[in-house]
Amino acid sequence: MSTILMPRLSDTMETGVVVTWHKQTGEMVEAGEILADIETDKAVMEYEAYESGVLGRILVAEGEEAAIGQPIAVIGDEEDADDAAAPDEAAESQASASPPPAQSGTVDDAVQTSVVVPAMERMPASPLARRDAAELGVDLTQVVGTGPGERIIRADVRAAAQATPAEPETPVAQEQNDGEEVPLSLLRRTSGKRLADSARTAPHFYLTASADLENLVDLRFELNAQLTEAGRQKVSINDLVIRACALTLRQHPDVNSSLSGHNLLRHHDINIGVAVAIDDGLLVPVIRNADHKSVGVIAEESAALAVRARQRQLTTDEMAGGTFTISNLGMYGVEQFTAIINPPQAAILAVGASRREAVVLDDGSLAARTRMRYTLSADHRILNGADGARFLADLTHLLEHPWLIIA
Amino acid sequence: MTVMSYRQAINETLRAEMHRDDRVFLIGEEIGVFEGSYKITAGLLAEFGERRVRDTPISEEGFTGAAIGAAMLGLRPVVELMTINFSLLALDQIVNHAAKIHGMFGGQRSVPMVIRTPGGGGQQLGATHSQNVELYYAFVPGLKVVAPSNPADAKALLLAAIRDDDPVLFLENLALYNTKGDVPDDDVPAEIGRAAVTRAGSDITVIGYSRMASLGLAVAEELAAREGIDAEVLDLRSLRPLDRETIVRSVRKTHAAVVLEDDWLTYGIGAEIAATISDGAFDQLDAPVRRVAMAEVPLPYAKSLESAALPSAGDVETAIRQTLAAVGRLR
Repeated sequence: MSTILMPRLSDTMETGVVVTWHKQTGEMVEAGEILADIETDKAVMEYEAYESGVLGRILVAEGEEAAIGQPIAVIGDEEDADDAAAPDEAAESQASASPPPAQSGTVDDAVQTSVVVPAMERMPASPLARRDAAELGVDLTQVVGTGPGERIIRADVRAAAQATPAEPETPVAQEQNDGEEVPLSLLRRTSGKRLADSARTAPHFYLTASADLENLVDLRFELNAQLTEAGRQKVSINDLVIRACALTLRQHPDVNSSLSGHNLLRHHDINIGVAVAIDDGLLVPVIRNADHKSVGVIAEESAALAVRARQRQLTTDEMAGGTFTISNLGMYGVEQFTAIINPPQAAILAVGASRREAVVLDDGSLAARTRMRYTLSADHRILNGADGARFLADLTHLLEHPWLIIA
Repeated sequence: MTVMSYRQAINETLRAEMHRDDRVFLIGEEIGVFEGSYKITAGLLAEFGERRVRDTPISEEGFTGAAIGAAMLGLRPVVELMTINFSLLALDQIVNHAAKIHGMFGGQRSVPMVIRTPGGGGQQLGATHSQNVELYYAFVPGLKVVAPSNPADAKALLLAAIRDDDPVLFLENLALYNTKGDVPDDDVPAEIGRAAVTRAGSDITVIGYSRMASLGLAVAEELAAREGIDAEVLDLRSLRPLDRETIVRSVRKTHAAVVLEDDWLTYGIGAEIAATISDGAFDQLDAPVRRVAMAEVPLPYAKSLESAALPSAGDVETAIRQTLAAVGRLR
């Protein structure tokens, strides 16, 4: 009997997603046969069995992700198939021998993390409680253990699941003759799961503010004229928003943070994720140290990353380590909207269109001015309304005094 | 069904098997004229004669070796070792010969032998005559070890042991000889390697064998009647092969387990059961597996100390209560 581990199929690969199992549990597998299709950060690749045997158990289902070296299936002799306990033994021992690496992001963040923040402590919880928590979508860090040594036991997880509204069953579309079923892309399924978890577990609150963009539009106009003349990439309003956010985040470290167990992880680096819609899902490439980059550099990077995202050429590294996310639907004319937080980050900014509006000026007269609305979605476990409001006030000040963004 | 004692069930099964198959014969110390130290062989010398019921000198190694030879050449000996403590004198014959011959000689010869022997303390027999060393044999591939906890199983497992072509250690228990129960009148051997669920339940799994299976069942029934605690009780019945499937299935249902053993805790059979549960039901456990065993001392002779050292009904109840409390089902 042997355990099949998630193979390393590319240099930059950290995790892989099993797209398709070509064999069912209990089916005979010959060495050299295609066992599974595995999606890496680069491509979908076929994975061949190295030895013959019976596929005893599938440990990572289709659509699920596993870190390199994590067991994904057990292949055994034909006799093993009858031995109910054996596959479990192998799986358990393998699983405990190679724990999956920490969530992407936290690896980088660990280096950047201040020493003041203690390492995340391991929650004492029974194995059954952990399993229940995973199934019920209960966050163990939010559960109070009543077992010996404050161990979290099944009863605690069930109580917590009842206290929070139960996860609604994903409604299954009625079978209809007039529609067509299109399989969801893997990307959509995996990002969907993350966003569903975020929407369910992070208590979101939303703050909307607006800025008068007259100065910023003028500045951008002049800036782009000179950049074009110099043969350089033009700057978008979003590029200016990215840098404005990065500078504001310096003053608001709690907004540039993540939830890590019982701790708030304040990131020292300011890495801004920019949501990019592609045909079959959503990707969030990251502009690292955006507070240390000029608007021109940000413009070049964000344009290049967006192109690479649409061609599905982004590496895992280019999408890892974000500390704050911006989603901009202004180019579609959306006035304002709310976004779901990109976990485990503390907040996300949803940016609407800049448009001419009738505005009552301080002297009581009416004027047509360019304005833009933006909504901060924040995790109430980390931030209070006032924290978010102060962040938005400072951001608005920068947007209305755009030379400060450049300076 | 006939109600009879554990002692009587073994005696009658030996008699029936000797009638059924004339290759079956008995050999041991004081089993003929004296009818056995615990009267298991009462009446058999008179009924079958000296050829089938052989008294031996006090030489466990010698007569165990003689039985192995007889078994290799086609007879089906049933050896009585007066208590399992004396089996240590025959350890080399059992471990290095009976257990190995079939494998080392490429299956040319089997050793269809039964070693009947009682274990157990509590009879004020002193430290050297009160041990539970079945673990030594359960450790050895090539041997089978069965341990009935009631008269019906004593019959069914002895039938199976005598008809098995491998050497089987049949563990009796001094404290069980006088216990009574229904025994089927049929001739159906047990399946060696199958545990029995002697009480189905949902709150916790209580696992034991021999005397501790019987004690565990009694405590479980008492707790059910008194407090509505619904424990599932497993009687292992066979220590090798061990029925891991039944153990794992039960714990996957109840999510908590208490393992009972009459011997010492350290390196004991309970440790093997706990490891089995960890392997097969790890993510179904809501509390650590709890073990109940005797004190880690040579068993004292003084009655008060002997009773204090052996696991009692009170110890079993405490372990069940504390484990149920740990999973929040009992406050």
